[in-house]
Amino acid sequence: MRLLSFRGGVHPPTKKELSKSSPITPLPLPERLFIPTQQHTGAPAQPLVKVRDYVYKGQKIGDAQSFVTSPIHAPTSGTVRRIGFHPHPSGRPVLTIEIESDGKDELFPEISSTPWENLSPDEIRKRIREAGIVGLGGAAFPTHIKITPPPEKKIDTVILNGAECEPYLTIDYRLMLEKSELVIEGLQILMYVLGVKRGIIALEDNKKDAGDALKKYLKGDMEIIFLRTKYPQGSEKQLIKAVLGREVPSGGLPLDVGVVVHNVGTACAIAEHFRTGLPLISRGVTVTGEGIKEPKNLNVPIGSPVFKLIEECGGFSDTPGKVIFGGPMMGVAIFSLATPVIKGTSGVLVLPRNFIKNHEPLPCVRCGRCFDVCPMNLIPTMIAEYSRLKKLELAEKEGALDCMECGSCSYICPSRRPLVQWIRIAKSEIIERRRK
Amino acid sequence: MEEKELIVSSSPHIFTDEDVSKVMLNVIFALFPATIAGIYFFGTYSLFVILVSIFSAVIWEGIALLFRRKPLNTLLDFSAVVTGLLLALTLPPRVPLWIPVVGTAVAIILTKQIFGGLGGNFLNPALVGRAFLLTSYPALMTSWISPLTSATPVSTATPLAIEKLKLPYSLPSYWDLFIGKVPGSLGETSALFLLLGGLWLIYKKIIDWRIPLSYILSMMFLSLLLKKDPIFQVLAGGVFLGAFFMATDWVTTPLTPKGKLIFGIGAGFLTIAIRIYGNYPEGVTYGILVMNALTPLIDRSIRPHKYGEVKK
Repeated sequence: MRLLSFRGGVHPPTKKELSKSSPITPLPLPERLFIPTQQHTGAPAQPLVKVRDYVYKGQKIGDAQSFVTSPIHAPTSGTVRRIGFHPHPSGRPVLTIEIESDGKDELFPEISSTPWENLSPDEIRKRIREAGIVGLGGAAFPTHIKITPPPEKKIDTVILNGAECEPYLTIDYRLMLEKSELVIEGLQILMYVLGVKRGIIALEDNKKDAGDALKKYLKGDMEIIFLRTKYPQGSEKQLIKAVLGREVPSGGLPLDVGVVVHNVGTACAIAEHFRTGLPLISRGVTVTGEGIKEPKNLNVPIGSPVFKLIEECGGFSDTPGKVIFGGPMMGVAIFSLATPVIKGTSGVLVLPRNFIKNHEPLPCVRCGRCFDVCPMNLIPTMIAEYSRLKKLELAEKEGALDCMECGSCSYICPSRRPLVQWIRIAKSEIIERRRK
Repeated sequence: MEEKELIVSSSPHIFTDEDVSKVMLNVIFALFPATIAGIYFFGTYSLFVILVSIFSAVIWEGIALLFRRKPLNTLLDFSAVVTGLLLALTLPPRVPLWIPVVGTAVAIILTKQIFGGLGGNFLNPALVGRAFLLTSYPALMTSWISPLTSATPVSTATPLAIEKLKLPYSLPSYWDLFIGKVPGSLGETSALFLLLGGLWLIYKKIIDWRIPLSYILSMMFLSLLLKKDPIFQVLAGGVFLGAFFMATDWVTTPLTPKGKLIFGIGAGFLTIAIRIYGNYPEGVTYGILVMNALTPLIDRSIRPHKYGEVKK
C-alpha cells in the first residue's frame, strides 16, 4: 500500500518507545492548582471568582464576552488563594487563579450529563463552549468556533488528526488505543454538528495498533487512513493535502476547502464531556525524555505545576537541561518548574543538560535542504536572510507569513543556522507593521 | 521540588547530526576510489601532488582566516581539504609541485575567502584554480603521460586532444576510458571510480541526481546532434569528476530542483560546444564556471510553487 504523505518534512528519531507502552495513569491531585486565564487562542478569560471564594470541581471560574475565547473551570474543589501573575507555558507570566484543594473533590451541583443524541447541533455547540473545550493538539483554538463555520462555507469532511508527528509524544496514541470508543464517538458528534457525511481518522503508520483498536468501533461513514511517518505530518494543511489532495489557500482556513480538522484528543474530550457533564478540567500528557526516570502518560488536572508530573515519573534522571512543554520540534522551553499544565499541553519533555548543544551558526552553504524539507515549499534560507537584513517586504514576498514554524529547516540545516527563528522575527515584525 | 536552572531557547530543540563538516568528510570519502585509481594509474608522484594540494589549500585557508580575524576552527569544516583534493584531481599527473600551491592560492584566497569564505563564493574554487593554471601555464598544464608506465614516463596526448586535433595516436577503447586507463588529469580519467563515489553521495542525499544526470544526458544529446560519438564524449575528459563533484557543489549551484536541471543541461551543452567549437579540447571547467556565474539568475527566475499559492 502506498502511504499518503506531503512534500518535504524531516525524519527526526521518533523516541516514542520511551513512553509508548505506558498506559495512561492519573496524576494524584496536587494540593495547589494554578489556572491561567489564558489557555487558548483568543481573548483571556476574566476571573469570575475572588480570593478566599470556595469553588467546586467543574465550576466556571473565568470567562469573557469576546467571540474567540474559552471559559476556564476549577479542576477540583477548594479555596481561591491568589489571583495574580504566575509562570506560564508561553514563557510570559499570565494572570492565574491559584486554588488550594480541600481534598474533597466535591462536584459542582449544577453539573449533569445529557446524551448528545438528544441535543440540536446548536445546543451541542453551546455546551462545548461552556465546557471550555479547545483544540488539544497544541494550538488550543476554541473548538466551538471551529464547528461553527460561516453558512456560505460547505463542509464535507471532518478529519480527526491522530498523526502525532512530534517526536517523543505518545498521548494521542495511548488515547486512541485506550479510549477508542470515545474517540469515535467524538468524531460522530463532530460529524453530526457539522452535518457531514464523511469522517476520516488519519494516523501515521507507526501507530497501526491504534488503528486496529479504533476499527472495532468504526461507523459506516468513517474511515481510517494511514500516513507516512514523517514530521510535520500532523500539521493541519499538510494533513489535508495528504488525505484529500486539497490545498488550503495561503492565508485561508481548512473551511475554505470544505474541511474541519480536530485532534483525536479533542474528539475524546467532547465525547467525555457529554458522558460525564464535566468541563475540560484534565487532559492527557506524555511526560518523557532522556532526562526523566520513568517516562509515563498521565491524566493530569489542568493547572498542575509541572514539578508534580516530574515527581510522579520518578524525577530527573540527570541534571536537566531543558524542560519543554510540547514536543522537541515546536514545544516551548520553560524556565520555572512551577509552570502549570494548561489545556494545550500535550507533553512535557525533559532533555538532560549534556543533550543540549550550543551550535555556532556557519554561513549558508546553499545546500537547498531547507527548501527540500519545507512543507510549505518556501525557501527558508532566503526568508531568513531577508529577515536578518530587515528587508521585510522581500521576506513577505517570499512567503514569510505562510511559514507555520514547524522548525524542519532549522532541524536540517548543516550550517546550524537558526532559520525558523529569523523567520519568526520577520513574521512578527510584518504583522506589527500591518497593525500600524 | 526546588527550582532548577533551565536552558531556555526557541524551538526546535533537536537537530540532525549531519553538519557541514560531516558532509565534507563524506565528499572526501566519495573521492577516495578515484584518488586511489589515479595514484595507481599515474604513480606515486601523483600522491605528492595530491598531498601538496590539500596541505597548501589548508594553509592558505588558515592564513586567510587569520587575516580576516576569523576563528581558525573554521578549518574543521574540511571545505579547504575538499577544494585541495578536487583541484589536485584535475591536474596533469606530472606537474611541478608548486603548481598546486599556486592553484590552491587562487582557489582559496581569490575565489573563496575574498568573497567571505565558504558560502560566499559564486564560482567553484577548485575550477577557478584550474582555469587560472590552465591559462597561465598552458604547457605545464597540458603535458600528459600514459598510465601504468615505468620509471620514465612516456609523454602523450589525452583522448580528447587526439580526437579533436587528429593527432597520430590511436584512440583508447570504451573500456579503457571507463576504468580510466587513459592519459589525462590524475583523478579525472576513471569514470567508473568517480561514478562509484558519485552514487554514494546521491545515496547519502548529499548531491542531487538531477545535475549529473541532466549534465550527461544533455552532453549526449548535443553530441548526437553534432554527429559526434556520445559515449566517447561522456567517458573522455573530466565529465564524471565535473558532473558528480564540481557541478554539484552546493554553494555555486541553484537551490531548486528545476534550477538544478537547468544548470546540468546548460553545463552539458557548454561542455560540448567548447570541445567542438572552442580552442581547448576540454570544456568541463569553463562549462561549469559559466553556469556558476548564471546561478543567481537561475535562482531568481525559478520560483517554486508555494503551498496554498493562489494560481493567477
